[in-house]
Amino acid sequence: MNIVNLFKIALKALSNNKMRGFLTMLGIIIGVASVITMLAIGQGSKNSIKNQIGEMGSNMIMIQPGADMMRGGARQSASSMETLKLVDYESILNETRFVSAVSPTVNSAGQFIYGPNNTPSTIYGVSPDYLEIRRLSIGDGSMFTQQDIIAASKVCVVGKTVVDKLFPNGENPIGKVIRYNKIPFSIIGVLKSKGFNSMGMDQDDMVLAPFTTIQKRVLAITHLQGMTASAVKEEYSEQAINEISELLRRNHKLKPGVEDDFNIRSMEEMLTTISSVMNMLTLLLGSVAGISLLVGGIGIMNIMYVSVTERTREIGLRMSIGAKGRDILAQFLIESILISVTGGLIGVLFGGGLSLLITLAAGFTTYVQPWSVILSFVVCTFTGVFFGWYPAKKAAQLDPIDAIRYE
Amino acid sequence: MEKNNKQTDKTVIRLECITRNFVVGDETVHALRDVSFSIQEGEFVTIMGSSGSGKSTLLNTLGCLDTPTSGEYYLDGVSVRTMGKNSRATLRNRKIGFVFQSYNLLPKTTAIENVELPLMYNPSYSSSARKQKSIDSLVAVGLGDRLNHKSNQMSGGQMQRVAIARALVNDPAVILADEATGNLDTRTSYEILVLFQRLHVEGRTIIFVTHNPEIAHYSSRNIQLKDGRVVDDTRNEHVLSATEALANLPVDED
Ligand SMILES: Nc1ncnc2c1ncn2[C@@H]1O[C@H](COP(=O)(O)OP(=O)(O)OP(=O)(O)O)[C@@H](O)[C@H]1O
Ligand SMILES: [Mg+2]
Repeated sequence: MNIVNLFKIALKALSNNKMRGFLTMLGIIIGVASVITMLAIGQGSKNSIKNQIGEMGSNMIMIQPGADMMRGGARQSASSMETLKLVDYESILNETRFVSAVSPTVNSAGQFIYGPNNTPSTIYGVSPDYLEIRRLSIGDGSMFTQQDIIAASKVCVVGKTVVDKLFPNGENPIGKVIRYNKIPFSIIGVLKSKGFNSMGMDQDDMVLAPFTTIQKRVLAITHLQGMTASAVKEEYSEQAINEISELLRRNHKLKPGVEDDFNIRSMEEMLTTISSVMNMLTLLLGSVAGISLLVGGIGIMNIMYVSVTERTREIGLRMSIGAKGRDILAQFLIESILISVTGGLIGVLFGGGLSLLITLAAGFTTYVQPWSVILSFVVCTFTGVFFGWYPAKKAAQLDPIDAIRYE
Repeated sequence: MEKNNKQTDKTVIRLECITRNFVVGDETVHALRDVSFSIQEGEFVTIMGSSGSGKSTLLNTLGCLDTPTSGEYYLDGVSVRTMGKNSRATLRNRKIGFVFQSYNLLPKTTAIENVELPLMYNPSYSSSARKQKSIDSLVAVGLGDRLNHKSNQMSGGQMQRVAIARALVNDPAVILADEATGNLDTRTSYEILVLFQRLHVEGRTIIFVTHNPEIAHYSSRNIQLKDGRVVDDTRNEHVLSATEALANLPVDED
């Protein structure tokens, strides 16, 4: 028996029952489409978070006071949160090889007022290096200088959101004086807009000022709430962390074996963590979708099984005119493979379309991975063979005499 | 009519002491007991007998669908008893044409597609040769104008003709019919009989199982079964013409 004829026979049988074939296919279509879409959503959000972090600076390093909360767990006293001092900043600034930039961070959130307008935002006390570290840039005016740091000048650089809120009529904000906590800050620059990041955070909702100004005039503290730094390159994050860690231990006079009273995290490390979380999520979404593919496969088995019973006489006739058991087996297998592969093809198109629609309509980044398409096809063919096998085998083993007499 | 008969001395079928037992529970049903006969090429044999006498069992054996419990069966000189499933399937495909009581056409399928079915399982036919053979075969049963009609668009008589065309398409050594007229009214039965007689005249070997004693008059030989034994085997010297019988039938009531 040649395979071309078997295909013709199987196609003919399917076209005799188009509606049923389509309904059976629907299970596979939905299964494959959801696998493709889920994986596309998973991969898409992973990519966009990665991009976002890359934009923020993948070589960024964050230094926080206090022992590592993740490891310690216990609540820490107020004094343990004041371990980072100005000397630490100066050490990092002057004594490292793998750190290209460093800035203290002291933040305060509150209301900003200009004339009758006011808006809530956060003021970040930083050094000029902060721009480089966070990949920010000045759109208009200029950044404050080392001079302003030393003098603790009441100057600031504002983000676009703050500008829009305080100057709704489009006035030039440069040179204007806004108030925060009754302290007047004169605006010397405006940040270039960065828009929202993938986690929905407005990156333009910020005000930058010299950290000394915030320390003295706003918070009245002498310690630093934290520091941000940049490794010379992303690959050197590890070395940079080690360097900083050694410096801080030395400055804090920590004996060997004593736990750090600060903790350092790099973006690279966060990226790995986020990636693994996203991978888990993708796997989860994918397996839920995979289950629907399985259900689709069982649908094929179900229909093929009914079909064999319903077509017992046809099978008997085919055998009586010379079809061998293996011809019958092949016919039913080809039928189920045709259903599953066609379903898979439609499912891939459907899933791809759905992903595109999600991107267009919901603004969600999706990315259809080529391997997920190939995988779907392999799985579909396998599904067809696997779930078609049992009914086909049953058909092939029918006794021709019983089959042809079957009522 | 028998003057045109191309009956030869070539033996198509030879049965030697065929028995077929079915074991049902702890009882044994003897469907065929010690059946022996030979059929020459070109014979038109009717097999008769009461219900349960073993006619279908015999026909299934002849058609290589069933294997005898003991005895030898030679089809066209080949011993069938020792053959495996697959070789019997091939034998059915090349040497046997079946006609069933209930036609057994594929649903929603055209006459021509139904007829070419046996050739689909024979790789030596190209699709154009298949098509040509099927058309020839349908023309031979008088359905040259119904090639693309689907099975549900035809009458019982027409469906049975398609089934006969299907049985002819592979040039079988023998055509086996089990109650081929059983579902048809008298007139249509005679029409089918006319067709069988014509095939007989053309030299085909036909074995026709029937309940209807009338039909025996139109065949060249009649084998009578009773309780799985051959009780009578007579040659019919005066074969009646089905064409005449059809002409003499009272005109339909409608
Ligand atoms: N598969 C089977 N299993 C058990 N017994 C069977 C089987 N097939 C046939 N028989 C028995 O064999 C005997 C002959 O059956 P068969 O079908 O050959 O009769 P038949 O002459 O064709 O009858 P009918 O004219 O009613 O078709 C019957 O007693 C039947 O019960
Ligand atoms: Mg019978």
